[in-house]
Amino acid sequence: MSSEHYALKVNGARHEVRDSWIGESLLYVLRERLGFYGTKGACEQGECGSCTVLMDGEAVCSCLVLAATAQGAEIVTVEGLAPEGELNDVQRAFVDKGAVQCGFCTPGLIVAITHLLDNDPQPSESKIKESISGNICRCTGYGRIFDAVQQAIEVRGVNR
Amino acid sequence: MTVVNAQSIDEALHALAELPEPRLVAGGTDMMVEVNFGRHKPGDVVSLRQVRELRSWHRNDDGSIFIGSGLPYKVMEEGELAMMFPALAQAARTVGSPQIRAAGTLGGNLGTCSPAGDGLPVLAALDAEVHLRSLSGERRVPFSQFMTGVKKNVARSDELITGVTIPMTVGFQGYAKVGVRNAMVIAIASACFVHDESSNSVRLALGAVAPTIVRCTEAETYLDGVLAKATPITSHELDRFKELAASAARPITDHRSTADYRRHAVTILAKRFAERAFNVV
Repeated sequence: MSSEHYALKVNGARHEVRDSWIGESLLYVLRERLGFYGTKGACEQGECGSCTVLMDGEAVCSCLVLAATAQGAEIVTVEGLAPEGELNDVQRAFVDKGAVQCGFCTPGLIVAITHLLDNDPQPSESKIKESISGNICRCTGYGRIFDAVQQAIEVRGVNR
Repeated sequence: MTVVNAQSIDEALHALAELPEPRLVAGGTDMMVEVNFGRHKPGDVVSLRQVRELRSWHRNDDGSIFIGSGLPYKVMEEGELAMMFPALAQAARTVGSPQIRAAGTLGGNLGTCSPAGDGLPVLAALDAEVHLRSLSGERRVPFSQFMTGVKKNVARSDELITGVTIPMTVGFQGYAKVGVRNAMVIAIASACFVHDESSNSVRLALGAVAPTIVRCTEAETYLDGVLAKATPITSHELDRFKELAASAARPITDHRSTADYRRHAVTILAKRFAERAFNVV
């Protein structure tokens, strides 16, 4: 199966990728071919986490995935975390706690934190820190980001 | 350029044998950096992402453990593998970020064969064997003979690294590395230390301080002799051990560190491991 025309499953829907160079990263294809601009690109070497997406349930750097090898995988971007026009609990918490400054790192952080809480609704402080150790924010001191994680944990606890 | 999403080891081996310029890719975390920065234009990519047979581990009849080359580091960080091989778990946990560990694999570390590959000192210290398979059969190569230089190994272009076999050992083991911060760092120097209680002998392997992973055989032999006396290790003996460990390093000065600092870092790592594993007076 080698082709320059392939399909990816993003946020539950099938998307055809046409006329692309077969060496493009998943990040590039998501943004430039399919229009999912929520996923950000910065370092393109797996250092910053701004391109984090879920792939078959794992948080990965989409810049380090060869898009053509993601055929068959379930890909979820920040746009797919909540229904159109709505926010999930982590997104809501970022708004409520003012955890956003320039906002560039925010989608990657939200995907990483959503992934953490989906797998561990009551993470320890060290686990929270480790889970976002690959997401760099250059504006904040992370304080409000941790506040937002705490709010999301509390909201999930109440709604369980 | 073509991309083959192999579904089985067999399919990957046929692609390797038939494509003109095959390049195997597992998690992609090494190759895609080269591609994104235009340093590498792959010819024909054979992706192992969907080869389920490579993404598992099992216990062999002789008690040793086989770890498939496609198993992500994430799986080694906790659970049964981490209980059996604490050094492997510690090394896995220092690889990049959680995102990298969800994708990166031991097979990728072996394929890239960077001297700073975090999994490699562990394979060296645990006397692992690398399984290489081609259409003409499988061979097992001791890790000590696998890596031949910076990003060089003995795997042929038609061979696929299917996994490693690691013998079980009982006793202290640990992995540590020196870098500029705790998370997301490429090693300036790294080390894996193993105490095999059954033979009361030690093994120390170093990463990022030579063109290949190196075993500190002189330091190992020296400490084995000290242990044979069955008395607490003296500070003089500890100093001798760490100096012998550093003498096995052949470090370079580069943008990450100086050769002197790397040699110094090895002495500290060696000393700490001996202090953690044994009674030191």
